[in-house]
Amino acid sequence: MQRSKAQIEQGHIWTFPGGIHPPQRKTLSNASAIARPPLPPQLVLLVRQHIGQAGDIQVQVGDQVLKGQPLTASGASRGLPLHAPTSGLVTAIEERPSAHPSALPELAVMITPDGEERWIERQPLRNYQQLDAASLIDLIQQAGIAGLGGAGFPTAQKLAPQKPLDYLIINGVECEPYITADDRLMREYAADIVAGIEILQHITHIERVLIGIEDNKPEAIMAMREACQNKPQLSVREVPTKYPSGGEKQLIQLLTGRQVPSRGLPIDIGLLVQNVGTAFAVKRAIIDGEPLLERVVTLTGEALQRPGNVWALLGTPVKHLLHYAEYQPQSNGKIIMGGPMMGFTLPTDAVPIVKISNCVLAPTTQELPDSGAEMPCIRCGACADVCPASLLPQQLQWLAKAKDYDALDEHNLFDCIECGACAYVCPSDIPLVHYYRQAKAEIRQVAREKAKAEIARERFEARQARLEREKEERLARHRKASAARQAAQADTGNDGDNAKANTGEPSAAVKAALARAKAKKQAQQAGAENEVDVKTDSDEKQTATTKTDDKSAAVAAAIARAKAKKAKPDGSPDNSEMARLREQRKAEARQRKAEREQQAEQQQAAKTTTHDEAPQQASDDKRQAAVQAAIARAKAKKQAAQAQTDVAKNDAASNPTNSDESADSNPASTDKPATDDDRKQAAIKAAIARAKAKKQAAQSSTTQQPQDDNDS
Amino acid sequence: MSVLTAIIVIGVLALVFGIVLGFAAVRFHVESDPIVDQIDAILPQTQCGQCGYPGCRPYAEAIANGDDINKCPPGGEATIKQLADLMGVEAKPLDAAHGEEDVKRVAVIREDECIGCTKCIQACPVDAILGAARHMHTVIEHECTGCDLCVEPCPVDCIDMVPVETRPETWQWNLKQVAESHGIPVKMVE
Repeated sequence: MQRSKAQIEQGHIWTFPGGIHPPQRKTLSNASAIARPPLPPQLVLLVRQHIGQAGDIQVQVGDQVLKGQPLTASGASRGLPLHAPTSGLVTAIEERPSAHPSALPELAVMITPDGEERWIERQPLRNYQQLDAASLIDLIQQAGIAGLGGAGFPTAQKLAPQKPLDYLIINGVECEPYITADDRLMREYAADIVAGIEILQHITHIERVLIGIEDNKPEAIMAMREACQNKPQLSVREVPTKYPSGGEKQLIQLLTGRQVPSRGLPIDIGLLVQNVGTAFAVKRAIIDGEPLLERVVTLTGEALQRPGNVWALLGTPVKHLLHYAEYQPQSNGKIIMGGPMMGFTLPTDAVPIVKISNCVLAPTTQELPDSGAEMPCIRCGACADVCPASLLPQQLQWLAKAKDYDALDEHNLFDCIECGACAYVCPSDIPLVHYYRQAKAEIRQVAREKAKAEIARERFEARQARLEREKEERLARHRKASAARQAAQADTGNDGDNAKANTGEPSAAVKAALARAKAKKQAQQAGAENEVDVKTDSDEKQTATTKTDDKSAAVAAAIARAKAKKAKPDGSPDNSEMARLREQRKAEARQRKAEREQQAEQQQAAKTTTHDEAPQQASDDKRQAAVQAAIARAKAKKQAAQAQTDVAKNDAASNPTNSDESADSNPASTDKPATDDDRKQAAIKAAIARAKAKKQAAQSSTTQQPQDDNDS
Repeated sequence: MSVLTAIIVIGVLALVFGIVLGFAAVRFHVESDPIVDQIDAILPQTQCGQCGYPGCRPYAEAIANGDDINKCPPGGEATIKQLADLMGVEAKPLDAAHGEEDVKRVAVIREDECIGCTKCIQACPVDAILGAARHMHTVIEHECTGCDLCVEPCPVDCIDMVPVETRPETWQWNLKQVAESHGIPVKMVE
């Protein structure tokens, strides 16, 4: 470690395995200064622009917002806040295509700029040295700064662990072809970047800073060297041009010779890496009091007449930037967000710029042709030679195709940085990175589902335990009650004259059952008439409902018959006394219930008859109509189910009791086509009933409305 | 004499090793994962009962006792494959009698039509439906396993099974799309 530190101090540059040298294409966009395009007509601010949870929205549609005003707050979700990039009006909060390869809609705040650029009150902090690290980290969090290099990890979270670290590495490598955003930023704002680095140093208490820049940016290196002149703790390191030296792990290896452990972080080996853009944003946030509102975006590609770098407000639609750069539409119309190696083709140009978009690439068809059809792997091994993470891309590809997730894990799929070097050199045009990305997504999905299944299992088991407990409690209650009853009986009925009581008993039970059946039939008839009155005048419907009622009455009668039969003496005299008592109690309860029902029906009938005459009860009627609709729906469902069971019964006509019953209740359904028709008809009727109920509900609400108007 | 010595020595040795082994068996006892737990861990825990058992655990027990492994439509081919690996049997296609593999769904109650009968609450195997008698019910979406069991008991048919929406986190690269020049454009010409 000591030796390596001395070597680092001497400025030794290590190397990393693999890497490729694609054409640079940087001159297209690095010649002119960073421009400022006009304000777009509308800004689309995706609420989630970084890794992790989105913040909670703080504004409403119609709000006038000032430049720099927070639109979201971290709140309970600990997401990064997002700020209004310019003053204007919040015109909508809705879902818009996200800056993601899928372009699936995500929640966004739409702002129409008013062009006045009115700021909120800024709080510049020139002497930040007086503040402690925690409050500075809080300021960085409040400014909404996420890593501007690529992944968009919240910077405040990266700075938070206060741990003695050896080096702060500032990443100015920008190794991907075409992109020159960091290059131009370093050339034009070197002093600001250095100020930002010093703030980061103050927060993290890191003594030494290494600034890595690729040797294809001599102007940027010169500018940064100049800015660091009187600061011995900052040293600019020139690294050879090779893709992907800008990867975090690769740059660490280049500058310090250390390797980030698998699934580890740079912090595990005493290092912290920040992008130059992030350092610049930190300077702006602390010293100028300006939150992250804009970033440098490279507009490049031969399909653009005016390529270059621009300060793009977050939320600027890509379409606006393309228009600014005078985009010449191409036959394949490919627009890429990010570079040609790691970027993704945009499905739509309505996608807005987010915190991590560093480049919009519009190539001509000749410049970036479509990759050819995938051909079989010839096992040439070129991919393994260029892999910067020393993985086995070929093997991973086989395993990904076989969906062998355990083996993929063993082959360290998650150490793949998806740089695309393997796919670049593949002579068979195999989209290797896509296989890896898909496999990674699937592994994550499996893990998510596993976690969800675990929760479901826990909930299921908890429910089973609860049901078991409730059952136990119920049983215990019953046992207690029966014990009490037995005790009471032992006290009173000890005469032993049970047999005598038995003989008079069956007739009483039969009588009770008959009375019950009658009451039920009456109640149902009353109910059916009532319903028919309310709902429909059509004969069809009436017959349908009365038919079902007849049927249920018949079923009830059958049940009563069966019960009466069952209640006949069967030669077990010990518990017949108990049974008699219970039967009597039950019969009484049923009768009471039937009476109650009848009363309720009558009441309802009374209500419905007043319905037409008394419009002042409109709200009641509305509710009732809803109830009726629900009943109608339930009935329709029941009917459909019955029709189905009827079909089943007909099929199984060998059982005589069943066939008798079905013949009694539904004489029409003798053969199958007829029952099908019946079912269909029943469904149609149900639909009609539902529609009618709905109409009635609507009518009652409209009748209510004029009355409300009259009242007011 | 020498025979007796040999017998004594061997006997003492046997006794010593017996004690050591017995102690090790108790002291370093490893609770092996019972097969039912392992099977249960593979099953998708939708508790839908499509296999004919009242939940995933009962089915896991049935598999351990020799039932077929191809009765779980929510798990689909992937689960069958894993079960086949675990049980050391041949993987077979899903038994169509128990349903077909489908996209993941969640139950959604049309709340203005709900009459508050609590029947779905009683049917839900994972207690993912909230509500009280004669009050509107609703489904806790992220707890719903999409088992379908609440649909049948609903007297007014106000429960829909809707496919789970894809979000950017759960989105998958489609390799067919890649062929149509979407995705990462890696090729460059000099």
